[in-house]
Amino acid sequence: MMGIDPITLIVALITVSTPVLLAAIGELVVEKTGVLNLGVEGMMITGAVMGFVVAVNTGSPTLGFLAGMASGMALSLIFGVLTQMLLSNQVATGLALTLFGLGLSALLGVGYPGSTPPPVSDPFPAAMAEIPVIGPILFGHSLIIYLSVLLVAAVWYVLGYTKVGLIIRAVGENHDAAHALGYKVIRIRLMAIMFGGACAGLGGAFLSVVRVQNWVDGMTAGAGWIALALVVFASWKPWRALLGAYLFGGVTALQLRLQAAGINIPVEILAMSPYVITIIVLVIMSSDKSRTALNAPAALGKVFHATG
Amino acid sequence: MLRLEKRPAPSRAWTAATPVLAVVLTMIAGGIMFALLGKNPFEAIRIIFWDPLFHESFAAYSRPQLLVKAGPLILIAIGLALGFRAGVWNIGAEGQYIMGAIAGASFGLAFYPSESPLIFPGMIIAGALGGWAWSMIPAILKTRFRTNEILVSLLLVYVAEKFLASAATGFLRNPEGHGFPGSRNLSRIESMNNPELISGTGMHWGIVAAFIAVITAYVLLNKHVLGYQIKLAGQAPRAARFAGVNPNRLIVLCLGMSGALAGLAGLFEVSGPAGQISIDFNVGYGFTAIIVAFLGRLHPIGILLAGLLMALTYIGGELAQLMLQIPAPAIQAFQGMLLFFLLAVDVLSTYRIRVKKEGVA
Repeated sequence: MMGIDPITLIVALITVSTPVLLAAIGELVVEKTGVLNLGVEGMMITGAVMGFVVAVNTGSPTLGFLAGMASGMALSLIFGVLTQMLLSNQVATGLALTLFGLGLSALLGVGYPGSTPPPVSDPFPAAMAEIPVIGPILFGHSLIIYLSVLLVAAVWYVLGYTKVGLIIRAVGENHDAAHALGYKVIRIRLMAIMFGGACAGLGGAFLSVVRVQNWVDGMTAGAGWIALALVVFASWKPWRALLGAYLFGGVTALQLRLQAAGINIPVEILAMSPYVITIIVLVIMSSDKSRTALNAPAALGKVFHATG
Repeated sequence: MLRLEKRPAPSRAWTAATPVLAVVLTMIAGGIMFALLGKNPFEAIRIIFWDPLFHESFAAYSRPQLLVKAGPLILIAIGLALGFRAGVWNIGAEGQYIMGAIAGASFGLAFYPSESPLIFPGMIIAGALGGWAWSMIPAILKTRFRTNEILVSLLLVYVAEKFLASAATGFLRNPEGHGFPGSRNLSRIESMNNPELISGTGMHWGIVAAFIAVITAYVLLNKHVLGYQIKLAGQAPRAARFAGVNPNRLIVLCLGMSGALAGLAGLFEVSGPAGQISIDFNVGYGFTAIIVAFLGRLHPIGILLAGLLMALTYIGGELAQLMLQIPAPAIQAFQGMLLFFLLAVDVLSTYRIRVKKEGVA
């Protein structure tokens, strides 16, 4: 059996985690405003296909990322209009978004599997990535990975220390009170939903353009659902979402290495492990009554209809 | 300026009309999608909704397929609808469907080559138990640890798919299959076959079970105290608790029923139309059934009609693929669109749209 090099494992872990992290941090903001969007998987996969198609056709990964964001945002807007203006059930609408996104992405991606996306250049000079140990871990990634960490920091700062964050939390805790104070509940929620869509779309585009460098039907394979689970795991706290994403990425990267190394565990058991571990972590988090009850936004998933 | 005014009670007329309206809107939007794909939208819609039933050369093949495809959709959707009504969100029916099929097939194949007439009934029980057991995982985690059943049931679909791969290439692989993945062909083994009961109709035991499920669910919801509790828990959870409804019991029952029905659907599929356990014998009925449940207004009779309509889009979609080279996923997008439109027009049944003049106190 081959040994597993810890440094390549850490590098792989960061790459594997990033799509899920991006989707999770977007959904975290959405849920903070009291909206539960179960369409993350659908937005991610649409972002993945649009990002890939645009990157292949224009030769520009940046345009691909932007297209991924735009398509995720467009889909999230359907969800936003339905749940916020037409007051539909958020669970059902989110599911519809996922089912629609899976179909739409497969349709848009016809003929693209096997195409080669343009290479993504790294922001740091190659020499820095060659520094032993810390080089590949800190300097060997594409720009989106650094952006994802910056995004976590930004969300943490905005939610916790700014007026915008306070308004977002107020809307998520008690939309009637926020409305009475004069805040535009629906507008704030729509903006958060679109932010979530853009993040999920970018995550998807990163998955297809950078990580896998190919388009495969259904390639997100539940990453959107894992992102939703991560938000619960994180107790709606941004840095915990990062921790959770890297933990999940670690498990996934490790099981992929173990598969490649031909260890004496059936491949299917290894392939199940990220999902099983996500469930176990969810159980551990939710069994702690005080923690989930204290942190979940009080208005999560409830329909807001201004009567006054 | 338009504003919404909540109706005291959902409008009955609109509740019945919205699914029809949603179908019409989906046809229009779908037509636009087909036009963008460079196909004649009118022809595409005709091929999907009309030709499978009435075309002189295709209908003979397509008509029986209607029941074959509607059976599992209705069977699964009936179970899901009971849960959705109670506010229990089982969205992992696809996984329960797979596990039911594996459990049922394993039971049958364990007795191979016995020809006992008890094998098929045993497989049916094993199939239901397989789906039920898989749905008990989210049920127990929900009642014991308050873990969100939506996420757990969904994540378990991926686990079930990996387990299916392991079954098809490992413990259920046909020993005489020259090393190819996939089990023995159950539909060719007399004691395990789920045959076409009336030649040329597509009718098999799974469809019989679906009809029984529709009737049972109808009676349950309208005549039985459990049905009353399900409706009460969904509409007024607090009132339900005061009325003595045990929420945990309801969660276990709803998830259990939907799991067992999904497992049954899987078993009937694998012993009949699909024929064998293979890596990808499941085609997403567990997810499409969610659309069927909503399109049928979570009502047993509605689900029966919605299941037939959704089956029609599957068959029509295959036909459109053949005749117009419309890519297969277009139909999946089309089905997703249907749910969107349904949810969008639903506002008409619970709210009244009023025109309000701006600035008038």
